[in-house]
Amino acid sequence: MNWFTNFFSSSIGRKLVMALTGLFLILFLVVHLAGNLQLLLNDGGKAFNIYAHTMTSNIFIKIVGYVNYTMILLHVIWAIWLTRTNKTSRPVGYAVSKNSSTWSSRNMGILGTLILLFLVFHLQGFWYRMHWGPIDTVSYDGEEYRNLYAVVDFAYSHLWYTAIYVISMAILAFHLYHGFGSAFQTLGLNHVKYNPVIKFIGVAFAIIVPALFALIPIVMFLN
Amino acid sequence: MKITLKVWRQKDNNSKGAFKTYQLDHVSSDMSFLEMFDVLNNDLVQKGEEPIAFDHDCREGICGMCSMYINGRPHGPLQTTTCQLHMRSFKDGETITVEPWRAAAFPVLKDLVVDRSAFDRINQAGGYVSVNTGGVPDANEIPIPKADADKAFDAAACIACGACVAACKNASAMLFVSAKISQLALLPQGQPERKTRAEKMVAQMDAEGFGSCTNTLACEAECPKGISVTNIARMNREYYGAKFSSENV
Amino acid sequence: MKLDSKIPEGPLAEKWEKHKFNLKLVNPANKRKYDIIVVGTGLAGSSAAASLAELGYNVKAFCFQDSPRRAHSIAAQGGINAAKNYRNDGDSVYRLFYDTIKGGDYRAREGNVYRLAQVSVNIIDQCVAQGVPFAREYGGLLDNRSFGGAQVSRTFYARGQTGQQLLLGAYSALNRQIAAGKVTMYNRTEMLDLVVVDGKARGIITRDLVTGKIEAHSGHAVLLCTGGYGNVFFLSTNAKGSNASAIWRAHKKGALFANPCFTQIHPTCIPVSGDHQSKLTLMSESLRNDGRVWVPKVARPGLKAKDAANIPESERDYFLERKYPSFGNLVPRDVASRNAKYACDEGKGVGSGLAVFLDFADAIKRDGKKIIEAKYGNLFDMYQQITGDNPYEVPMMIYPAVHYTMGGLWVDYNLMTTIPGCYALGEANFSDHGANRLGASALMQGLADGYFVIPSTIGDYLANLGWSDKVSADHPAFKEALANVNARLGQLLGIKGKKTVDQLHRELGLTMWEYCGMSRTEEGLKKAKVKIQELRDEFWNNVNILGSGNELNQELEKAGRVADFMELGELMVDDALHRSESCGGHFREESQTPDGEALRNDDKFAYVGAWEYRADNQPEVLHKEELLYENVKLTQRSYK
Repeated sequence: MNWFTNFFSSSIGRKLVMALTGLFLILFLVVHLAGNLQLLLNDGGKAFNIYAHTMTSNIFIKIVGYVNYTMILLHVIWAIWLTRTNKTSRPVGYAVSKNSSTWSSRNMGILGTLILLFLVFHLQGFWYRMHWGPIDTVSYDGEEYRNLYAVVDFAYSHLWYTAIYVISMAILAFHLYHGFGSAFQTLGLNHVKYNPVIKFIGVAFAIIVPALFALIPIVMFLN
Repeated sequence: MKITLKVWRQKDNNSKGAFKTYQLDHVSSDMSFLEMFDVLNNDLVQKGEEPIAFDHDCREGICGMCSMYINGRPHGPLQTTTCQLHMRSFKDGETITVEPWRAAAFPVLKDLVVDRSAFDRINQAGGYVSVNTGGVPDANEIPIPKADADKAFDAAACIACGACVAACKNASAMLFVSAKISQLALLPQGQPERKTRAEKMVAQMDAEGFGSCTNTLACEAECPKGISVTNIARMNREYYGAKFSSENV
Repeated sequence: MKLDSKIPEGPLAEKWEKHKFNLKLVNPANKRKYDIIVVGTGLAGSSAAASLAELGYNVKAFCFQDSPRRAHSIAAQGGINAAKNYRNDGDSVYRLFYDTIKGGDYRAREGNVYRLAQVSVNIIDQCVAQGVPFAREYGGLLDNRSFGGAQVSRTFYARGQTGQQLLLGAYSALNRQIAAGKVTMYNRTEMLDLVVVDGKARGIITRDLVTGKIEAHSGHAVLLCTGGYGNVFFLSTNAKGSNASAIWRAHKKGALFANPCFTQIHPTCIPVSGDHQSKLTLMSESLRNDGRVWVPKVARPGLKAKDAANIPESERDYFLERKYPSFGNLVPRDVASRNAKYACDEGKGVGSGLAVFLDFADAIKRDGKKIIEAKYGNLFDMYQQITGDNPYEVPMMIYPAVHYTMGGLWVDYNLMTTIPGCYALGEANFSDHGANRLGASALMQGLADGYFVIPSTIGDYLANLGWSDKVSADHPAFKEALANVNARLGQLLGIKGKKTVDQLHRELGLTMWEYCGMSRTEEGLKKAKVKIQELRDEFWNNVNILGSGNELNQELEKAGRVADFMELGELMVDDALHRSESCGGHFREESQTPDGEALRNDDKFAYVGAWEYRADNQPEVLHKEELLYENVKLTQRSYK
């Protein structure tokens, strides 16, 4: 093994992969949220559909998209790898355990798995339809656009569909609650001056971003 | 006070272990936890039953030898060593479960005794400054900022008891390893070997079969010496820097 | 037998340099052909093993703990002296030498103590180079404090954990040599016998404490760095595992045991809380800088700390301040200890009756809680954790406890015992502290022996011996020793009596404490001698050790150690009995001034009493090494 592979397979290197991919995905969430909030504009879905169109046609965004898929994959694969070796580090467990750590920090694997399941469901429902149809079209100013808004609007008219989204966002919130600060600690960014800021932003992010994501299906369902 | 003890008994590393329950009727609240074990062992011997093996030595909370997982927490309900825990921390009639540290890298030798030589091997991989006896500069030749010296001391206060490993859900030894790496990284004396030290100690830690840190911070919460996870962040930095800039290919 | 201390001739300040020049050297290329056995990995053992390996010798190191880092040196709190004179307060090598000789009540060798003071300076340099985080000032230079009543600030410290930090420094040096393959480390391995062939130490017999395997190890020299024997008293500030077996086995193979009765009782320990007590905890004597020691003037049996405030000032006896107006609460350890005992003997003890108050109420009133907390916060916390009392609100209770043993194997200037090739370092030898050890000098001595003395002196013996002169572990003498060790373990396991090892050890401890503790009388010592013999008999007929020898068996480990204590205890009594003077930690009631202070007898007792073992149950033979004082004038200590 050369030093490079050696690094990324070391205990600390593997954490670094988790932290970097995690932070990238956090950034992605912001962009994704900004786009999605256009669903709430009262324009019959025009802005959202144009945005969705750009996301699938712009070559730069496409590249970013592939990077994003890679990050998700890396995050998942490294997580599985880490979790498996971590499990072998304690073959015999304790009969009694009182934990002095947060629930979410101990259950990132379960939270992550649930998020992955949600992701499959989510991609299948919207992303797959957008790319490979079947999907209706709509025209704005003479241009044809795939009407993703209608797909979303239809989906969120069902209570169970909306509920899955809201619950999944709650799960995401717990995942972020630990993941955000944890990524900084792994990167070695632990400083007495900035720790409170990281902590504050992390908690705020973990609450606000999933809440806004969840707000969209709720509003659309109620409408 | 009356105490019910559930203690892990295991003949040796190759045998299977099981919990055994003991009833103690005359426990004084002034006893230390280990003295309670002394009394129990004394009774066991007189009844012809084999006493419980457990590690202990200084009984002042500094040698790091005592290592009991008490009621689900390393060293029990207080953030201290087992030897400094007293029975007044428990209620009359309480059931107390005592287990050995559990980690693949800490095999059980007998009852509550585990083998922590992995810690020694990690230190042997680089937890030192390579100076021979004699021929060193005067102690005051290199001034060290008090803040750095204090931080180095905070890290050096680790007693290598292994509570961090025991507490961590991944049985990770990163708090222990990072304390040593931090101590020497903070001092001018540690600079010449700074990079190789980080690389070698982390490699040895991984080879011993300890898990990876997932930042649950349970180690810090349970450390009897209050070693901070800031050290883990520092170790991470040291390790990245070393891996990408050292010439060890 | 003539005891030759091998102190070099010439002026005090030149002895060590001159001696080093006169010692034979081992050719660097030949060093790897020598095997050296080091038993014990405290300050002396770790530093010796590391330094010798650095020189090129092959070292085998042994410790009974699960890691060399756990040796009891780790528990030393206060600090380490060094004549650096960084404070410009008039300190010097000579002053440190003088203070140590005087503190030892003129029962230590001038030459040894001067060398100790000389190398003290190098120790600090060495430790700093290893990365020991000593306390520093804001300018980045090392901080010092005055310790144990010294008039100069020469004590280097690392908060209250100096021993820990120094030991971890030595441990790191040891680790480096283990990694380099120059030291083979045997953890959880206990030395059970010394092997002597044709009068020279040739190896040891050990027991693997996990598997029970008995093994022979041969070498060109054996270093015993196994600490003191305070656990003879059962209750002491030593670690539970601290034992005298290594030095006692060597003694029985021909090494003389010097001044066994010189034990140090530390005044500020947490009192015994009940029959279950397993050890005693020391609190730094710095507490006496601000705490006031008192008992009620009229006996108040069972007085609790929380009721102390009800005793008005006029009914309190601040006995140290009353008797020693100039030193007050800061009198030396032995004086403070003895006076606490007197107060309790008069029935004025508080709590269980064996305790006096150490009261911080006045200090808190004067300086505020904050300042007291900054000075003693960790000690107060420790006290509260152990006793459940809050010393900010109620006075502490303290009582003296056995802390350090000045006696040990007799060694010459080269640290060699009377068995050629067998050395004793650190607390295991007797050489530097006389009858009383000063604060912050135990760490100094351990490291001086290991880092700086033995690396020079051992070469002389080895060069004369020659590397080819090695006895293999197959030699009949090793076989015989193995058989003896096995037989002894078998005997212990076969008794199957009614008492546990701890019960018998506790009884021995009580006897020792009662008659050979803080103050001793001829009558009491004679009584003790008989009692110990009876106890020893009972031990060998009535101890119960379960399990076998082929497994981790902690009762068996303890039994072997206690069996040796049962013999050593009697020798301590013999020594105390013959030394009918009072000096340092040894107070004979028959020898006191009219106002009750220790009275030394330099005409009769200015010697080292070294005892020779002949055979079991036969009286040991006393040899005397006269102490020559060419540089200091012997004076009587006074703290009035």
